[in-house]
Amino acid sequence: MITIIDYGLGNIKAFANVYERLNIKINIARSASEIKNATKLVLPGVGAFDYAMSQLNNSGMREALEDQVINNKVPVIGICVGMQMMAKSSDEGTLPGLGWFDAEVKLFDTTQIPYKTRLPHMGWNTLCLVGKNRLLDQLSDESRFYFLHSYYFDCNQPEDVIAKTEYGIEYASAVNKGNIYGIQFHPEKSHQNGIQLLHNFAKL
Amino acid sequence: MLHPRIIPCLLVHKNGLVKTTKFKDPKYVGDPINAVKIFNEKEVDEIIVVDIDASRHGKEPDYQLIEKLAIECRMPLCYGGGIKTVEQAQRIFSLGVEKISISSAAISNKALITEIAERVGNQSVVVVLDIKKRMIGGKYEIYTHNGTKATGIDPVVFAKQAEDLGAGEIVINSIDQDGVMKGYDQTLINKIREVISIPLTVLGGAGSLEDIGQIIQQHGIIGVAAGSLFVFKGKFRAVLINYPVFQEKKKLLSEYFIKTWESKKKINHV
Repeated sequence: MITIIDYGLGNIKAFANVYERLNIKINIARSASEIKNATKLVLPGVGAFDYAMSQLNNSGMREALEDQVINNKVPVIGICVGMQMMAKSSDEGTLPGLGWFDAEVKLFDTTQIPYKTRLPHMGWNTLCLVGKNRLLDQLSDESRFYFLHSYYFDCNQPEDVIAKTEYGIEYASAVNKGNIYGIQFHPEKSHQNGIQLLHNFAKL
Repeated sequence: MLHPRIIPCLLVHKNGLVKTTKFKDPKYVGDPINAVKIFNEKEVDEIIVVDIDASRHGKEPDYQLIEKLAIECRMPLCYGGGIKTVEQAQRIFSLGVEKISISSAAISNKALITEIAERVGNQSVVVVLDIKKRMIGGKYEIYTHNGTKATGIDPVVFAKQAEDLGAGEIVINSIDQDGVMKGYDQTLINKIREVISIPLTVLGGAGSLEDIGQIIQQHGIIGVAAGSLFVFKGKFRAVLINYPVFQEKKKLLSEYFIKTWESKKKINHV
């Protein structure tokens, strides 16, 4: 069973569609009690950092989420802004993040990007895998995923980085520490590679 | 390395998929859901679906169809047609669509761009401009309602305004080149590209992968969309849903994109 956290933003339906197709049961959580019963958690996110944090803070689910992730070690994956929320802070806002990773979210340095369209970083880009990780099982180096973001996850602990992507600079596009995972790209919209990754998460 | 996006654009008319020529003579090319299934198999970069009846006849978006499309799509989906309010846009997002495109409504009510962008984020708001070149004088002009209503608005001015108002992407669709398959209107593309810095997608005229290649070579990161090219095959325009396979696409990108743009990147870094 996969519990998708619905705190008012993020494309919940897209994840539900992928898991339903894989015949994996899902639950969409809108209350602390539903989080307490979860065995796998998906934290999606689309939009601005502060808005996402305040929505989560006001959802009544944050405390239960932290308890599950930190104390009960329930596997959790943050996607796009959901990943960024796991950092300590973001250039995009003033609210503190969840602080699960020793990382800050920063704006891309556009002087390093040669195109007329610099931001957002939108479209299909590739992963450069760092070591082996079960989340990225069966995915090869240079696997393509769909990205859409203007801020990136600047991770201070190299050992937490499981994949990098290049956009002007090389940055952490996938991270893992214990039971906590974060990915910057959108697996729910990345064809077979994305389905593979979401399936891998379900099998953890 | 980030790649330019190559995007099939599908038109919905009377519940079926059609392809037009200069926005006229819709030819039936198949079932929308079936087409999406095929494009899933082909792993297309993104897909644009436009209901060409909705705005013209003042209809509500067909939510049932949109939901079916969203469930099926394993790639980003941009839906357009008949969206006039923030509420309609939100309802469409809740069905699992990533981007919505607005055209007529954005032109008659520019504030709508900001309203939707504030609610769902800029990246999800696409403004589509249907553009025709005047016979006399050669000036470009925006048309609405399926190319039936001239607005007198200069697309270069409007594209910039749309960016300032919060649009996350502009799609320019050349009415004159639509379905003709003789190449994109490069002059028009250059003019718009010059004034905006948000993502741009161009539509109208692709007759071959080389046409797409030329746009990529010149502009690097850009969305290159096509209708006829991905639904017809051969000079008799037999209906066949198609898209470059992985190897073809790789070749296209290495020839027109990577060579040109990798070297520019190196210069930039020095």
